[in-house]
Amino acid sequence: MVDQKSLYRSLYLIRRFEETVLENFSKGVFYGTTHTYLGQEANAVGVLYHLQSEDIVVSNHRCHGHYLAYGGELRSLFAELMGKVTGVCAGRGGSQHLHWRNFYSNGILGGTLPMATGMALAEKHKASHAVVITFLGDGTLGEGIVYETLNMAALWRAPILYVLENNHIAQTTPVHLSVAGDIAYRFRAFGIPVYEIDTSDVLSVLSISGGLLDDIRIENVPQALILHTCRFGPHSKGDDTRSDLVIQQMRLERDPIQIQAARLEDKDRAKIEREVDREIQQAFLQAIDDPLASWDPSISSQVL
Amino acid sequence: MPTVIESLNRALEHTLAHDTRIILIGEDILDPYGGAFKVTRGLSTAFPDRVLTTPVSEAGIVGIAIGMALRGLRPVVEIMFGDFLTLAADQLINHAAKFRWMYNNQVSVPLVVRTPMGGRRGYGPTHSQTLEKLFLGVPGLRVLAPCAFSDPGDLLEHAILDDDPVIFIENKLLYYLSLQDDAIQGDLVISPIKETSLPVLPTPNHITPSPNSLPMISYAPSFSITIRDAPPPVLTITAYGYMAELSRQAILQLAYDHEIFVELVVQTQLAPFELEAILSSTTRTGRLLTVEEGTLNLGWGTEVIAHSAEHLGNHLQVAHRLAAYNLPIPASQPLEATMLPDVDLIVETARKMVL
Repeated sequence: MVDQKSLYRSLYLIRRFEETVLENFSKGVFYGTTHTYLGQEANAVGVLYHLQSEDIVVSNHRCHGHYLAYGGELRSLFAELMGKVTGVCAGRGGSQHLHWRNFYSNGILGGTLPMATGMALAEKHKASHAVVITFLGDGTLGEGIVYETLNMAALWRAPILYVLENNHIAQTTPVHLSVAGDIAYRFRAFGIPVYEIDTSDVLSVLSISGGLLDDIRIENVPQALILHTCRFGPHSKGDDTRSDLVIQQMRLERDPIQIQAARLEDKDRAKIEREVDREIQQAFLQAIDDPLASWDPSISSQVL
Repeated sequence: MPTVIESLNRALEHTLAHDTRIILIGEDILDPYGGAFKVTRGLSTAFPDRVLTTPVSEAGIVGIAIGMALRGLRPVVEIMFGDFLTLAADQLINHAAKFRWMYNNQVSVPLVVRTPMGGRRGYGPTHSQTLEKLFLGVPGLRVLAPCAFSDPGDLLEHAILDDDPVIFIENKLLYYLSLQDDAIQGDLVISPIKETSLPVLPTPNHITPSPNSLPMISYAPSFSITIRDAPPPVLTITAYGYMAELSRQAILQLAYDHEIFVELVVQTQLAPFELEAILSSTTRTGRLLTVEEGTLNLGWGTEVIAHSAEHLGNHLQVAHRLAAYNLPIPASQPLEATMLPDVDLIVETARKMVL
């Protein structure tokens, strides 16, 4: 039975994490860059709800939501964004380059796809029964390696789910200026079954992705899931060229947090929010107190 | 003695037979064709599940191999022509080379990318280049180039056991040479030299490595080749791959025809730079000539001479680079022959340097 409260908790946690990052970036607390997941929370929470312990998640530049839905810690993610030694990768990776347990992200669009597919083939070779879930966006459809990879994934029957989050905007370029034709045909052309849903409701995402992952586990074949979604925030920190009106409308109609909140009793919702707010605040303050990554001689000897 | 191609083929067969983590991936590598240069011939018949022929997708192939390597397999990729490494450059530079370090040593990428390089076969501007210099300055990549003075198959087996990504450059003209790994070949004495390189961390689980790890002995040796019972050499020539073979012929000619005695230092590891053999020889001779088949500017020789100048000070009196012209490589035989360094040019340059 799906636990509505726990889903709300996961959605709200990602929302508050990302808001905390954006609120504090201009204050100089963080260093470098960030790509927030505001508005898309239902995707990560819904799909990764079905994760089994050995499964692998490969994510992209907009990876915080995926990482937190995977189970990653708040403090180490805050710390990574601050360049602290306690960060997920001790400050070497920063916002886009995370690795923890079976979670991997990298900042090269499309470049992660063959890697994710190779991982799926390796797990199949080892008969581990683990599957790979990889996230990409509409902007990534411009990269040629996507199609090289889909071709091989289908030829070699890789146990992988391609989750395409179409937030209709690549940095500042709307999807109609960068993607010709129909996104689904890109997968169908290679014989990869594709399912498509336009929703911000975590339950819809959860329900459709559960079936796909079951199929992948049983049949050892790739599948694709297109999630039409909304990005509430800027691409990075403050580079949104859309009008406030458009964003307001989106927040009104397509907010995964509001949609799920409506399923909870007010007192339960308030309790979860209080707890998560406290947790976020604690993790944030701990990360601030953590020491910055410092150069030690071993750093230079750890690379060829 | 076996040829270089036989040595490489046997090494692949040997490792496939003994380690089920090894997977060969490449274009047209299945029997009966066995790869454009036949290095993989017989292997798909012997190991049908672990020899994968692929679409023409160099970037995708290397990327998939990186994913396999991250999850415990040991993929060996064949890129049909070295010229096509540029198609996989993003996967090599922004993925394979980065992961171990940027993920704070929590992973390793045991990947080998083998590829034939080089000209003198008339394949023209996009199938004859020597492009490995493009990868020599990338932290996180090891670049190896076998020669016929040792067993290239042995070097390849070590590369496959390496926990870090390796680009393995096979010059096309090297393939049909017989191995010359006996210590004495006619009038030549061939001495392997163990190089030391910066420590690497083969164990992915050690998140906090010892800061004081000692320099590691490299598995890729260099070779000192001298004329037997000759007076002390007056010039150091250094080369790798097939240029090492041409340099071998040149130092014999220099000794027989001109009584100029040279020490030839042959490297099998191009990156990270390992310069002990070159520096030690040049300290004695004072003169250093680098010979490579790639284009001259910003190449391997440039870096070798820069390091040598920094380390040797006044011990380095004369230095010179021989390389291909800074031009695309033409198809026509006389044009191609003119722009690539050959034995005569090495001899002529060496003579000028010791005048």
